[in-house]
Order: sequence, then structure tokens, then C-alpha cells
Amino acid sequence: MAPLSFATQVVQVLAGALLLISFAMLAERRSRRLLILLVWQGVVLVTSTVLVATSAHLTHLYYSAALTLLLKVCLLPWILFRLMRKLGIERDNEPLVNVPTLMLVGLGLVIFAFGLAQPVTALATTVLRHTLGIALAVILLSFLMILARRKAFTQVIGFLSLENGLFFAATSTTYGMPMVVELGMALDLLVAVFIFGIFFFHIREQFDSLDLDQLESLKED
Amino acid sequence: MSALAINTPLALLLDLVAAWLLVGALGLIQPNRIGWVARTLFPLGALVALGVAGMGTLALATDFTVQSAVLPLGLPDLPFHVRLDALSGFFLLLLGSAGAGISIFAAGYFRHGEGTAPGLLCLQYHVFLASMAMVILADDAYLFMVAWETMALSSYFLVTAQHRLPEIRRAGFLYLLMAHVGALGILLCFGVLHGGSWQMTFAAMRGATLAPAWASVAFVLALFGFGAKAGLVPLHVWLPEAHPAAPSPVSAMMSGLMLKVGVYGLLRVSLDLLHVGPWWWGLLTLGLGLGTALYGAIFAAVQTDMKRLLAYSSIENIGLIFAGVGLALLCRSFDMRLLAALALAAALIHAFNHAFFKSLLFLVTGSVMHATGERSLGKLGGLIRYMPWVAALALIGSLAIAGLPPLNGFVSEWLLLQAFLQTPHIPHAFLNMIVPLGAAIVSLTAALAGYVMVKFYGVIFLGQPREPSLERAHDAGWLERIGLGWLALGCILIGVFPQVALDVVGRITQPLVGATVQRGPSPWWMTPIASNQASYSGLWLWLGLLLAIGATFVLVRRFYHGRARRTPAWDCGYPWQTPRMQDSSEGFGQPIRHLFGPVFRMERELPLPADVQPQYRVKVEERFWHALYLPLARLVQRIAERVTILQGGRLAIYLLYSFMTLLLLLVWVL
Repeated sequence: MAPLSFATQVVQVLAGALLLISFAMLAERRSRRLLILLVWQGVVLVTSTVLVATSAHLTHLYYSAALTLLLKVCLLPWILFRLMRKLGIERDNEPLVNVPTLMLVGLGLVIFAFGLAQPVTALATTVLRHTLGIALAVILLSFLMILARRKAFTQVIGFLSLENGLFFAATSTTYGMPMVVELGMALDLLVAVFIFGIFFFHIREQFDSLDLDQLESLKED
Repeated sequence: MSALAINTPLALLLDLVAAWLLVGALGLIQPNRIGWVARTLFPLGALVALGVAGMGTLALATDFTVQSAVLPLGLPDLPFHVRLDALSGFFLLLLGSAGAGISIFAAGYFRHGEGTAPGLLCLQYHVFLASMAMVILADDAYLFMVAWETMALSSYFLVTAQHRLPEIRRAGFLYLLMAHVGALGILLCFGVLHGGSWQMTFAAMRGATLAPAWASVAFVLALFGFGAKAGLVPLHVWLPEAHPAAPSPVSAMMSGLMLKVGVYGLLRVSLDLLHVGPWWWGLLTLGLGLGTALYGAIFAAVQTDMKRLLAYSSIENIGLIFAGVGLALLCRSFDMRLLAALALAAALIHAFNHAFFKSLLFLVTGSVMHATGERSLGKLGGLIRYMPWVAALALIGSLAIAGLPPLNGFVSEWLLLQAFLQTPHIPHAFLNMIVPLGAAIVSLTAALAGYVMVKFYGVIFLGQPREPSLERAHDAGWLERIGLGWLALGCILIGVFPQVALDVVGRITQPLVGATVQRGPSPWWMTPIASNQASYSGLWLWLGLLLAIGATFVLVRRFYHGRARRTPAWDCGYPWQTPRMQDSSEGFGQPIRHLFGPVFRMERELPLPADVQPQYRVKVEERFWHALYLPLARLVQRIAERVTILQGGRLAIYLLYSFMTLLLLLVWVL
């Protein structure tokens, strides 16, 4: 096996950081810190994309890195920060399942993700193919986070983190998606966050809380 | 398949359909101004309908070649295909000519304060017409289904025009439900018909070779789907609910036109898209058709609501049409082409006739309802004095639907009977004994239909008014009279010149079953089989009737007039008579109710002899509700309750479902 270039090694470290951040998000209780972790995840993602772009000499990856920076590091967190202020939900945020159990389940998911990635890794030709397992793990962990939280706000953060994982998976296996798809996804994300924002207000207006357990009363008997 | 030339009938038809949509959309400009919507737009729609009828006639000309085109509409890679051939031309002629009469009537009928705003009704009405035309023109399953569902939805909104009444909403829901169940059958039918090629054009379906079992599946699905739309027993339950709920022009359109579109669909699939099938297809259709006809006639005889009565009468007529189609299919499978052509011709002419006389009668009920505010037969009577125009035109419709000779109803029933009388020649040991019995059922149905029409006409127009308020009833307006007159004229013309109708449908039977019924050697006589068997001439009969009536009139005038002795009539021992002593609609239907007792589900409350204020109450229901539909509904309810367990109400649980699904799928690909 040929020695990896410096850039590739850095990207692999960053991939590790991404996974670490995902675990941190799983354990984090405060909305504010969760949002900061999301920003960090975005920063790591942008850095790794830029590094991949330089090492593989792919200009279109620069554009997607710029887009990610603009959208996921600046715009969306800013919108969410404002929302959080307005709704006054910076305080504690109890998960449905306790944190140690969540961590153990997360570990299982990571192992599962790596096992899942193996056959794909064997087929992929990119230098970063080994990071696919991490990308999949990030996706599954984000899903787990959505599942285990009861506040709508945290679930949105989980959703964004899931999208980050998808993006990372795309970069690591196929050097990113076609620009059209990426632009479309970026737009979707933006719209989704706007809609979530509106929904927050409606949910709060209806139930005086963003606690999704309240939605149970909507069920018809 | 090339670009469409602008002045072909097909292109003009598409323009006319667009014109209908435009007329409908214009109704939204000032939805509440009657002068604009009713007096301007509906007559315009009637003009467009006449254009559609004209184009349909062009497609029935002898030198017409089939036209088809691909429209630049629809999904990418799935464009809309349209096609105009003799069959679609015939149904467009039906749609346009009967639709024109209904539209003119509607111009005088719709007014304020009856539910939906007139402008919105105008939109729904014209979308309904346009979608029916598109169903007939469609040449691929995709456009067909889109137009079919548009037809169902627009008519649903028309049915629920008075949506503030809960029973009308209920009727509308039942209609929508049955329409969707039927559409599901049609969709599945097309799913089978493409035969694995996944080509949704009808051209590909014609070319597909299906395994015999799959062809049968497709046929049964088509019979189910189109039967549900046309009102084949036991899928007819929506008809007696939806027709009375809708405004009268809408009932007329649904009964006169939309049911025919269902018939068109069955003909298109069974005679055009499918190849010749086994004989039991025909027998099944024939049996269901005859059963439907008899069932509808029996139930029509016991109705007390005039629109429900007509709805059941529609079921009866649809049954006769299906019987004709079934006989055509049966003969086609034995390669008896001429007989198949005769049966098909009878079915097609009957479909055309029914469009005219049933629309006419539904419109008559509309005029009666506007004049009196009553729908129940028990509160009408004697209207011939207050509404002479409507009464006269209704008489023509009633005579036609009862199948009396000089009018059109007789022609098609006569042709159908002629076809049945030829069935002993079927080369199958049992069929040639059983199928001729159908003639007996057709005769019985025709007789019952006559009975029903005597009841309909007699109770509404003859006798004395059963309510004092009826004396203030006024005749229909001039627009309504034109509409009614147009439809009555159609009934008369087809009755007098049946040989022309036979020539016209010959252009359809030639490509579909490979033969044409000749009108016979004489231009004035219709001799479908041979002159030593049976002939009929509407014109000579008319002249003979006129002559007989004229001669009687002259003779009476000449020899009897002025010599009559005037004395009080013998009063049968009753010194006075009140309107309550007349035969009521319940009383008139009682013998039928008695004879066919087991068919009904009756709840009767008979008063005791000692009762000072006796109350008599009888409720007649269909057995299908309790034997078929309610158990089915309960089953669905039970299954739904089981499934609701999945709906825990907790978001986390729902998310867990999708998470577990994702994981399972990932494990599966691993």
C-alpha cells in the first residue's frame, strides 16, 4: 500500500473528528452547544472538502465547499440562533433515552456502518474511500439523535447533521455530487429550515411548548 | 403519428374541448351574475356541444380514415395520445347532441341560492363535458385515466352542489367512493393489458398478445371498473343516491352521458383492445346485463321519489345495453359476425336513445321541482293543466322510454329482441337453449319499464293535484322548453328513421366485429336479417298512426259530435272525490312489490284495524346493502382498527419505524 499523501492523512483525521462531533452531539443536552457543535461539524466538512479538492484537483469541489461554508456554517446556524433566541429554548434538553445507553447504541451503529461500507469501499477508486464508513456512521448517529430527542428544535439540528453526513459520504466516495444535485439540496435545506421555523411557532402556539410529546394528543381514537 | 394538421376533425375536436374549458373558466369572472353565466355561457357551451356532435358525425362518414395524434402535453416521455375513429365519433355525437340540449336547458335552469355559485357550477359543468370528450378521444391509458378521474371529480362537485345538506354530502361521498373503486379496476386492467411491454398507448395494447388467463383477468377488471361507472348490479348502489342529489341538468348529464362513457370504455377494451376471447366473457356480461335490467325495472316500479325512479330506470336501460354488448361478445367468440353486429348495433342505438329520453325526463323532473318544490310523487299530480309544455314533452320521453313503436326506444329494444331470436343458431349445446331465454327477460323488462312510465307520467301529470300549492305551478321558461324540445325531437327522429341509425352504427360494427347489419332492400323499411323474418318502418307506422288518429277524429266529429247526451257521470257510488282518493305512487307499485317480494328488503308498519288515526309506513330497501356492502364496510373497519395500533401517536415511535426500516434494508443489501 502506497503511503498516503499529507492532505489525505489530514482528511482522515478530520473524518475522525466528524465522528467525534457526532457522538458529542448525541450526548449534548443544551440546544445552544448543540448548535455550536453543528457549526463545528460544518467547518470540518468544509476543510475536508477543500483538502480533497486540492489533492484531487477538482474545481467543482471548491464551489461546493464554498456553498457549504455559506449555507451550513453561516446562514443556517444564524437562522437557528435567532430562532432559539426568539423561542427562548436555550436551556436543558432531556433525551428520551439516557446518554450512556445512547452511546452504546451509537457504538453498535458505528460498527454496523463500517461493516456496511466494506463492500462499497472495495469498489470505490477514490483516495478517501475508507472514510465512507465514517460518513455512514454520521448519518446513522444523526438519525439516532433525531429519534432520541423530544424537542422539535433538536430534531432539526439532527436533520442538518444527517445532511452533513450525506454530503461527506458523497465527497469521500465519488468526489461529490453533480453540481445541480448539490444546488438543489442546498435549496431544499434552506427551505426546510424556513418551514421548520414556521412549524416551531405553530407548535408552540398550539401546545405552549416545543415538546413533541404533546403531539400525542393529536391522535384520533 | 405526425404533427396534427389544423383543420382535421380531430384537431377541431381538441379545439372544441379547449373551448369548453374556456367557457367554464369564463364563468369565474362574475360567478354570481346569472345573466352572464346562465344566459351567455351555457348557450355558448351548447354551441360547442353542437360542434362536437358535428365532428363526431364527420368521423362516422363512410370515407373517414382513423386519425391520431400525439399531444405535446403530459409528462416527459409520456405524452398524451389522441385518436378519432368511428366508435369514438359515435360517442362524441351522442355526447354533443344530447349535451347541447342539456346545456340549453341548464341555461334556463340554474339560478341563485341553490348551493354552489352559478359561475363555479359553470366551470365544473364544462370541465365535466370536456373530460368526457377527452375520455372518448384518449388513445393511451395515461390520458384515459387522467380524463376519467377528472370526469369523476368534476361530477362529484356537481353532485354536491348543495353541499350544506348532509344527505347530499353522503350521497356524494358514496359516489366518489364507487368511482374510485371502479377507477382502480380500470387502472389494474390497463396494467394487465400492456402485456409486459410497459407501453401505455392503446396501439401497443392492441398489438400485445396476452396469455388467455391474463386476457380474462383484464376483461373481468374492465367489466368491474366500467360496470361500476355505468351502474351494473351490484355496483349500482351510488346511482339511486347520487342522481337525486344532483341538480337536474347534472343528473341528466350523469345518467344520459356519463353512464354511456362507461359503456364506451367497456366497448373500447373488450372489442378493440382485447382480442377475441372465450365465450364465457359474453355470457357473464349478458347475464349481468339482463339481471341489471330486470332489477332496475323492478326497483323503479316501487320508488316514490321521481328522480330515484328515473335513476333505477337508468340502471334498467344500462342493463339492456350491457345485455346487447354481452350478446355481441358471445357471438363474436363463435365468429357469428352478423349476429354480433346486430346485437352491438342494438346496444349502441339503445345507448344513444337512452341519452336522449333519460336526459329529457331528468330535465322534466327539474322543471317540475322548480315549479312545485316537490320531488316526492306522493305530493304531485295534475300538472298537465299547469305545465302543458313540460307535460307534452315529458309524454314523448315517457313513451320513448317505455319502448312504444313510433319512438326511438322501440327501435333498439326491437333490434335487441331480433338479435336474441337468432341465438338458437349458436353452435354450443347449452348456450343455444339458455341464451334465447334472454328474450323473455328483455320483454319482461320492457313491460315493466312501460309500467314504470305509466306510474311516472300518470302520478305527476295526470289526475288531480295532491297538494293545493301545486295550482300555482308555472310552466318552464323558453330556454328550458328549447332544451326539452331538442331532446324530444331526437327521440322522434330516431324513431321515424331507424334505418339511418342502423347505417351509422354499421360503420362501428364493421371494424369491431367484422360485419355490418344491412338496412334491407327497401329504403323505408328496416330489415336487419331477412324480409321473411321481421321488418319495421318507423315512417309508415307514424303515417299509419296519424292516419288512424285523423280518421277517428274526423269520424267522431262527423257522426258523433253534438249528439252526445250530457248527464252527471256515474260516480260508482261515491258522491264526491278528493285528490287523496287517487291511486298513489305506493299503491300503483304495490302489485310489483307483492309479486317480486323476495327481491326487496321491506320494513312495513301496518295499522291495527281499531286504530283511529291509522298510519301506514313501508320502507323498501335493496338487499345488497345488508348482504354485501355493510359487511364489507365492517370488515374494512375491523382491519383498520388492527392497523391503527401502529399509530401510537408518539413521534419517536414513528421515527423509530423509519429508522428500523432503513437499518433492515441496509442489512438486506449487506
